[in-house]
Amino acid sequence: MSITRDEVAHLARLSRLALGEEELEHFAVQLDAIVSAVARVQEVAAEDIPPTTHALPITNVFRPDEVQQTLSNAEALSGAPAAEEERFRVPRILEEED
Amino acid sequence: MTTLVPFDEALAKYSPVLGIETHIELGTASKMFCGCPTEFGGAPNTHVCPVCLGLPGSLPVVNEKAIEYAIRIGLALNCSIAEWCRFARKNYFYPDMPKDFQISQYDEPICFDGYLDVEVEGETYRIGIERAHLEEDTGKSTHVGGATGRIHGAVHSLVDYNRAGIPLIEIVTKPIEATEEKAPLVAKAYATELRELVRALGASDVRMEEGSMRCDVNVSLMLKGASQWGTRTETKNVNSLRSVERSVRHEIERQAAVLDAGGKIVQETRHFHENTGTTSPGRSKEEAQDYRYFPEPDLVPVAPAREWVEEIRAGLPELPAARRVRVKEAWSLSDEELRDVINAGALDLIEETVAAGASPAAARKWWMNELSRTATAQGVELSALPVTAEQVARIQALVDAGELNDKLARKVFEGVLAGEGTPDEVVAARGLKVVSDEGELVAIVEKVIADNADAAQKVRDGKVAAAGALVGAVMKASRGQADAARAREIILERLGQA
Amino acid sequence: MIFKTAAELGELIASGETTAVEVAQAHLERIEQVEGKVNAFLHVSAERALEQAAAVDARRAAGEELGPLAGVPIAHKDVFTTKDMPTTCASKILEGWVPPYDATVTTRLREAGLVILGKTNMDEFAMGSSTENSAYGPTSNPWDLSRIPGGSSGGSSAAVAAYEAPLATGTDTGGSIRQPAAVTGLVGMKPTYGGSSRFGLVAFASSLDTPGPFARNVLDAALLHEAFSGHDPRDSTSISEPVPPVVEAARQADVAGLRIGVVKEFSGEGYQAGVLNRFNETVELLESLGAKVVEVSCPSFDYALSSYYLIAPSEASSNLARFDAMRYGLRVGDDGTRSAEEVMALTRAAGFGPEVKRRIILGTYALSSGYYDAYYGKAQQVRTLIARDFEAAFGQVDVLISPTTPTTAFPIGERADDPMAMYLADLCTIPSNMAGNAAISVPCGLADEDGLPVGLQIMAPVLADDRCYRVGAAVEKALEDRWGGPLLRKAPAL
Repeated sequence: MSITRDEVAHLARLSRLALGEEELEHFAVQLDAIVSAVARVQEVAAEDIPPTTHALPITNVFRPDEVQQTLSNAEALSGAPAAEEERFRVPRILEEED
Repeated sequence: MTTLVPFDEALAKYSPVLGIETHIELGTASKMFCGCPTEFGGAPNTHVCPVCLGLPGSLPVVNEKAIEYAIRIGLALNCSIAEWCRFARKNYFYPDMPKDFQISQYDEPICFDGYLDVEVEGETYRIGIERAHLEEDTGKSTHVGGATGRIHGAVHSLVDYNRAGIPLIEIVTKPIEATEEKAPLVAKAYATELRELVRALGASDVRMEEGSMRCDVNVSLMLKGASQWGTRTETKNVNSLRSVERSVRHEIERQAAVLDAGGKIVQETRHFHENTGTTSPGRSKEEAQDYRYFPEPDLVPVAPAREWVEEIRAGLPELPAARRVRVKEAWSLSDEELRDVINAGALDLIEETVAAGASPAAARKWWMNELSRTATAQGVELSALPVTAEQVARIQALVDAGELNDKLARKVFEGVLAGEGTPDEVVAARGLKVVSDEGELVAIVEKVIADNADAAQKVRDGKVAAAGALVGAVMKASRGQADAARAREIILERLGQA
Repeated sequence: MIFKTAAELGELIASGETTAVEVAQAHLERIEQVEGKVNAFLHVSAERALEQAAAVDARRAAGEELGPLAGVPIAHKDVFTTKDMPTTCASKILEGWVPPYDATVTTRLREAGLVILGKTNMDEFAMGSSTENSAYGPTSNPWDLSRIPGGSSGGSSAAVAAYEAPLATGTDTGGSIRQPAAVTGLVGMKPTYGGSSRFGLVAFASSLDTPGPFARNVLDAALLHEAFSGHDPRDSTSISEPVPPVVEAARQADVAGLRIGVVKEFSGEGYQAGVLNRFNETVELLESLGAKVVEVSCPSFDYALSSYYLIAPSEASSNLARFDAMRYGLRVGDDGTRSAEEVMALTRAAGFGPEVKRRIILGTYALSSGYYDAYYGKAQQVRTLIARDFEAAFGQVDVLISPTTPTTAFPIGERADDPMAMYLADLCTIPSNMAGNAAISVPCGLADEDGLPVGLQIMAPVLADDRCYRVGAAVEKALEDRWGGPLLRKAPAL
């Protein structure tokens, strides 16, 4: 398995990173080395081993359906790069994706 | 302009296969993963906290009520309830999604493999339910600078995250086949039945006009008799029951035209336009979406105890289908009468009125006639009228006791609806009471007999029918407040016909 | 004053021999004096610190019963949200961001009366082992300013090693507390996963991130551990069991009769001779103290690093998606014509450093359809194997030990653009993150070649955090007797 420059470009688009040509080339070389190394996991992991997603086997952690203190509008917008009419102002949105 | 094939023609040649994904906002007090209120409205960005704003460092915690509601809905849809399931992250970037991933469920939904029976024109269709899972809603964007808030041509957008994190249940059907020309009606009936079901369960008030129930409708066509399904399109965010029907109809007509012309259906997302009843394609993506689902590491698995599931099952209310059977029988209704009652949104109201002491016939009469007319005239839902089931029952009780007649009762309704008070207050204030003082009534009768000698003579001569005119005169003289039946008895008695 | 332990400072303040304000002032002066060389802090909050100290003194004067660390200063890793100070995670993308809420750890520090001096430097979003990946410049190791202080919590380790603060917070995802503690001659503890709250900890890898303490001795670490740990209903992965008796264990400092396992896999090639020498001496020391030492094999630990570099970047790629220029932080390229999508991509390219971008891309790759099973899925199976190895080992012994890191602190710049070499620094620490168990690093001497500190790692089962402190304190006591005082006293003056 190897990672090409084009694959890095695809992954960069998917993860919203506008990378320059030089960065793409450089990352492709590094990621290829990393992926080759970490692919070792495939050597030991047999089919019958269950995956571990959580370190501890905790289940059913819930909170009661109670309304808690909210932020004020000013607090909510305090870090916003731009705000207008009590809302977050963002650049034009292309189209709903979902 | 898209060419269409007329519906009947399309159905003569093709069989549609449907699939419906419905998102319903659950009626919890707080959001799915934080304690912010779910209340509709509110100033922008005030029902928010670090969690639903996706601020760095914030963490979700599952609302137990949302799990309970999901299980309730799952059980009512005859689903199995997962013994163990997880939330997953659905990764994609979008400004109205605060974390740029949505917490949803992927291959481990909390409810799966059920069905819902719906009736269309006397025939029952069993709609398979693939799954029902929990997820969170997104914020709401307003587009500025384009034409009337639309996304196209907008210069920038404003985002309000009050809706972000509201719990949603997504209910996904199995492919719905063999509905043929009934496809649009089956789709609508399914959405209607689902809405009624969720309402009856108390898991959501399901107000489609506020967007708390939205359908994504998948449609594909195949040649009649074929076994291989065609390519499907998905029409997103269909926001009314009528639109569900129309969007299916339109897609059938549109796809048939494409196929007839030798074209291919593109698997795509489409948008439904309420004003024209048509659909149009969404933005085509340069590359296929890759949501990179993986188990949400900030949440732990949900493993509903079987005892809890059984407790929820035991507590399920009567479901709409069973209720319809019971009510139809108990109230002696025809299919049409029952349908009218349901369509008028009067089922609950009538039932409550009956519970408050009125007879089913009387309760139905008031709600379906007098009050329905008023609601229609005012353009509001029946349930939004300022009169309660208890008040309707009280007015009917006054009628039953002979203290009001129908005409007076209508005046009482008029007063109650006008905000003049309770039925008894209106009766008192307006002086609306059947004249039941025997002496007063006798006096009026004697005066009427004296004033209408001819008619009185006819009655004396045995023409009992002529008494009607005298009764009318008594009512007129008493300004409608006399008990007509008693007046008639007295007239006949006085004129020797008792 | 600044050379005193946190426990001592707490007692001096409590007895009225000094005040919290005086203690805070002494440390702020020290910061003033050495920060130019060390660069441990991203933000020093002198005024607020003195206010907080004065508030503690006032509470004390009013007769309030306060905890053992009330009035003691602390350096707080810039990965925890703080309402009154910026929280940047050493990233350009969060430059100047002041969160509207406090992390649970922050709240508990305040409640315990700890005086927060400022926020410490780190590898950007905790990704790294050297603190070179900070957008605000590297931090130096007080033992040798040309060397790294470890990472990602390198600002915290440097601050405590340079006597700028007696205590510091850190977070440990793959070794980010233990490795910096080891290379700066400190005690650094990674509690059991879920034992300390992640609420308000800006996530790197959610299933691994664990807040923990830095201190110059085992007892201080235990006191801090106890102060900010315990169940938090706002963190679903928080455990509800009470905090293990860590302070008591640190005072117990005794290993007689304890069974100790040496992890066979953590030696040999790649390990600096001086590191192995000190480690082997410590093994002998433990035996002389009455512990029964055996060798234990954990074969899957050889795959831990690979598994980690799939799981952590995968979670990170999703956790860091929110830095999208819409709600907070940096926004680049919003010229009125570009779409939100373009502004997101430009901002993220400009706001993240190279290591963060590498890991985002790596994680995106590992989670992609078609690769998920081969990478993320397999990595999670390895995680199961690691947990099983631990389980088997803890069936035989009470704790496991190993060197904390294969080498001592390396020179700044040496591994900066060689990710694979950098990743090896976490070789021995990663398994405990994968399994969620407790692990501590305590100083065990200086390497012969370079005279730099070496750390001993002590790993204990889930919820047996107290064993780490008990063994660590025993080693500390015996070694300090031998050295005639704390190891850190051997560090050159700044």
